[in-house]
Amino acid sequence: MHELSIAQSIVDIVLQHLPREEGVSVRSVRLTLGAMAGVVPDSLEFCFGAITEGTPLQGALLEIEHVPLRAHCNDCGGDTDIEPTLFACAACGSRSLTILSGREMQVRDIEVEENEGVR
Amino acid sequence: MSVITIERKVLEKNDELARQNRALLERHGIFAINVVSSPGAGKTSLLERTLEHLAGKLAVAVIEGDVQTDFDAQRIAKYNVPAVQIVTAGGCHLEANLVHDALGNIDLPHISLLIIENVGNLVCPSNYDLGEAMKVVVASTTEGDDKPLKYPAMFRNSSVLIINKIDLLPYVNCSIETLRANALRINPSLAVFETSCTTGAGIPAWCDWLLARTAAGKI
Ligand SMILES: Nc1nc2c(ncn2[C@@H]2O[C@H](COP(=O)(O)OP(=O)(O)O)[C@@H](O)[C@H]2O)c(=O)[nH]1
Ligand SMILES: [Mg+2]
Ligand SMILES: [Zn+2]
Repeated sequence: MHELSIAQSIVDIVLQHLPREEGVSVRSVRLTLGAMAGVVPDSLEFCFGAITEGTPLQGALLEIEHVPLRAHCNDCGGDTDIEPTLFACAACGSRSLTILSGREMQVRDIEVEENEGVR
Repeated sequence: MSVITIERKVLEKNDELARQNRALLERHGIFAINVVSSPGAGKTSLLERTLEHLAGKLAVAVIEGDVQTDFDAQRIAKYNVPAVQIVTAGGCHLEANLVHDALGNIDLPHISLLIIENVGNLVCPSNYDLGEAMKVVVASTTEGDDKPLKYPAMFRNSSVLIINKIDLLPYVNCSIETLRANALRINPSLAVFETSCTTGAGIPAWCDWLLARTAAGKI
């Protein structure tokens, strides 16, 4: 269960980017997550909810953008989405692949709100 | 409501520390491997056999990752090599900062090979670069032959597969050919060794491979 430690890293990164004013709260955090990033989205969402309580991220929505595992085939030259458990070119079945995407885990952006009455 | 662009890798802090570890190890000419597997596949047994076989041939140091106990470090202590224990206190994987601290307790100029035993887990450690030269994944015959398909990220990110407990092949439902084929399907460039830590079969071939990759000058 490394989702807890990943959720903590996400929160740390977001806090570093928050404006310093009082009363700023985060509405949503957009995250890209590769199919082969080794993260279970449900547990990540659960951990994120749990550790953001009492922080400016409390109640924020974790918006996960899933990135498929995609590879360039060194045999037929095509780029296709790959089923992680098959690991073969979807066009010709070759296993000689160069991975193009699917391992990413990146905080894209956040939506913040200045709370009523503070400013 | 406003949008703030961030565009940062979630694990960038770990990746940066791993880069520092890798640079430090390379500066000292140390070949470092990160040994991963499910719990009980035989990582510590493989270390013991490897240390036995390399005694007098290579200056080895060990970093032992464990969730709770130092039992594995005690097993390694017998072999008279520098060993540092990291207890992750429930954490399911080692992170680069823990290895960074452990490296501070090792006499690096006198070491040629560093073996890191990761926490028993085939999911989480694949995300965390420690600064090793390569990952070595241990799969034992008692786990069946479909492990690579269930944990493709780990097999894809490893450079070596050790198929351990081959002495048990007559008793378990595992085809070594299928295991091999499944692993090579995920990662055609895997170097594969078959071992038994009980009988010692396959250990010399594995150790010769290690010796060939290690600057042997520091014994
Ligand atoms: N029969 C057999 N048992 C093994 C072999 N390698 C390890 N074991 C046993 O498997 C159990 C777990 O081994 P250990 O090295 O502690 O695994 P680790 O959790 O991956 O470090 C121990 O009881 C070992 O004695 C092997 O090659 N054959
Ligand atoms: Mg062990
Ligand atoms: Zn193809």
